[in-house]
Amino acid sequence: MDLSYSPEYEAFRTEVRGFLEAHRSQAPGQGGNGLTWQKLLIENGYAARTIPREYGGYGAEPDILKSRIIAEEFARAQLSPGLGGQGISMLVPTLLEVGSEDQKRQFIGPTLRGEMLWCQGYSEPNAGSDLAALATRGVLEGDEWVINGQKIWTSTAHLAHWIFCLVRTEPDAPKHEGISFLLFDMKTPGIEIRPLVDMTGAANFNEVFFTDVRVPAHQIVGRRGEGWKVANAILRHERGSLADPNVMQSRLNALIDLMKAETLDGSRVIDNPVYRDRLMAIQGRVQALRCNDLRLLSAAVNRQSAPLAGMVVKLQGTELRHELEGFAVDVMGELGLLYGDTPRLRGGGSWQRDYMYFLGLIIGGGTSQIQKNIIAERGLDMPREPKLARA
Amino acid sequence: MEFGLSEEQVMLQDALARFLTGTGGLARTRAFAAGEDRRAPDVLQGLAELGVTGLIIPEAHGGVGLSLLDAALAAEQLGRFVSPAPFAGTAVMAPLALLKAGDAGQQAAWLPKLASGAAVAGVALSELTGARDGAGVEARDGRLHGRAQFVVDYEADLYVVADRTRGLHLVAADAPGLTRTDFRTIDATRPTGELVFDGVAAEPLKAGDGPAAVRAMIDAGRVMLAADTLGAAQDMLDQAVAYAKGRVQFGRAIATFQAVKHMCAEMAASLEPCRSLVWYAGHALDHLPEEASVMACHAKAHLSEVGTFVARTSTEVHGGMGFTDLVGLHYWFKRIGYNRQVLGGPQAVRAEAAVLQGLAA
Repeated sequence: MDLSYSPEYEAFRTEVRGFLEAHRSQAPGQGGNGLTWQKLLIENGYAARTIPREYGGYGAEPDILKSRIIAEEFARAQLSPGLGGQGISMLVPTLLEVGSEDQKRQFIGPTLRGEMLWCQGYSEPNAGSDLAALATRGVLEGDEWVINGQKIWTSTAHLAHWIFCLVRTEPDAPKHEGISFLLFDMKTPGIEIRPLVDMTGAANFNEVFFTDVRVPAHQIVGRRGEGWKVANAILRHERGSLADPNVMQSRLNALIDLMKAETLDGSRVIDNPVYRDRLMAIQGRVQALRCNDLRLLSAAVNRQSAPLAGMVVKLQGTELRHELEGFAVDVMGELGLLYGDTPRLRGGGSWQRDYMYFLGLIIGGGTSQIQKNIIAERGLDMPREPKLARA
Repeated sequence: MEFGLSEEQVMLQDALARFLTGTGGLARTRAFAAGEDRRAPDVLQGLAELGVTGLIIPEAHGGVGLSLLDAALAAEQLGRFVSPAPFAGTAVMAPLALLKAGDAGQQAAWLPKLASGAAVAGVALSELTGARDGAGVEARDGRLHGRAQFVVDYEADLYVVADRTRGLHLVAADAPGLTRTDFRTIDATRPTGELVFDGVAAEPLKAGDGPAAVRAMIDAGRVMLAADTLGAAQDMLDQAVAYAKGRVQFGRAIATFQAVKHMCAEMAASLEPCRSLVWYAGHALDHLPEEASVMACHAKAHLSEVGTFVARTSTEVHGGMGFTDLVGLHYWFKRIGYNRQVLGGPQAVRAEAAVLQGLAA
């Protein structure tokens, strides 16, 4: 047990701090431009750090602690850590692993620089938790895939230039072996996007309809029928990132400030022992998840494994965050109901919005119930449910 | 940066688990619960041979000089095996009192005996973590008056007693004027009771800062009880999973039903982060003085809540059998129940955590 960082890492931390101080004014939100900021971060190794130079990254050796230090220092300075989104967080790692040389050269650089925005075409109306049941069809005609079907919950489809999409290309194969992973331009004729307003009032999601969308045959990642394997590698990537305990910690600090500021019958809410007990219970759980995160970080650095500790993060993190945000609404009482452009609004309505948003995350990215199946079957080695006989 | 157990720490846990299995495990616990003998000398002797009784006692005093995190790892194993052995008081809190507030003579007189298991020390300070029935101890003119309840490691040769001003005292179990009254609690694995002091001559521990020593004792004691719950709850989860795999209803193992699987997954999901919390809190006791007390409170309160949830859920997974004495699951259930209340229940400990952070008066 040693929670200190070696001098090499402390020096690196100083370097990151120095950079942030020197370039603060160039950050988005501080007067700077997002794309220029991204370029600056890549040049200095603070974004796309471990992605090879020939594909447009910085080309550093993977170093989990340095990545963590960068994340911590950007959060501490409250400056943008660069562009995110599904292209950078999900497609790029996938292409690096299984993409062809041409695909890596064509797509990774522009994606990293923010010139190419992506959306993810996975879920369908009848393929949610049972994603492998997806039915969007892709038929090879000459040297083109012809795609027909519908996707749903497609975040940022209305902004994206391209889509990475799961399509059933082998209808006679077992369901996990009949899917292919295709990339195509969202301007291709035959694509219709309909926004889907969620309970927070925002339209981050879309429904996407494909009618005879023609895609060049070579725009496939991996081979025909390997799409499930390709997709699974990055789904795991997505799950962990939905519940960052360090974000939870800063939200908890904001909650404490809120309880000091809000009053009930003239007394500060923090001075009410009932509310305070609930706060301390939540703080204890946040601490447990932060310690769990520390264990996962250490296991990754030291090449040890802590599989169960990793499997519980999405379930525990999203549930706790939902509870934390909901408790903040309770702290404000009727004032917690205020939402949108209205007098007496607190914190821009963020507590109520995140309370609802995290209910979405409890469901999205593998529902809590699916997470429990994973924990039981892969973590506790409990048997799967027997398959129903085919009718 | 390393947040995990060393090879030596894993070996310590393995050795302890082997020894506790060898003592007979649940059978040994049942014999203890049924017997008249309020001590388990065979278990204590074995722990002494493994160095567990002297884990945090410096080598110069016959111990092995390890950390409080190591002690928490030992406590976890004792909880896992619901072992009827004194530990949190005699091997952790009492040695801390002697090390932090005792003089050289007092340390030399007692630490080697505690390390070897030749003597057991109980700790009487529960009035400082929430006085019930008006209990409390006062020191006047070198003599103790009053009452201390729920003594940790009560079946002892020596007591470390905290008075109302957080001064510490040593009292021999057979001191004139000291009356012991045994309690029976739900947890048969850890005898407890009350001490009544009627002008008992006591030997003060006054070489160090008494209140600081008391603080360290309470923090460490809480982490030990949290670790004990971690071990007990992990074992209850393991038992539930094993039972569900073997129990057949409707023609299939009940482990294949999602209703049962999700109960087990919820236990695992709540419990797994607790392991890291206990490690961190244990590490903080020795190395992070500014966080130690708050983290001890959080470990104690959070493990109490998760432990209670696991104890109930594991029992339910076992169905009617879980409720019987046949399976013996109740020993773990009750162990977790004891750990929840002693040295401050979750509500009291959370209230204290708020005070420690300046969030409450």
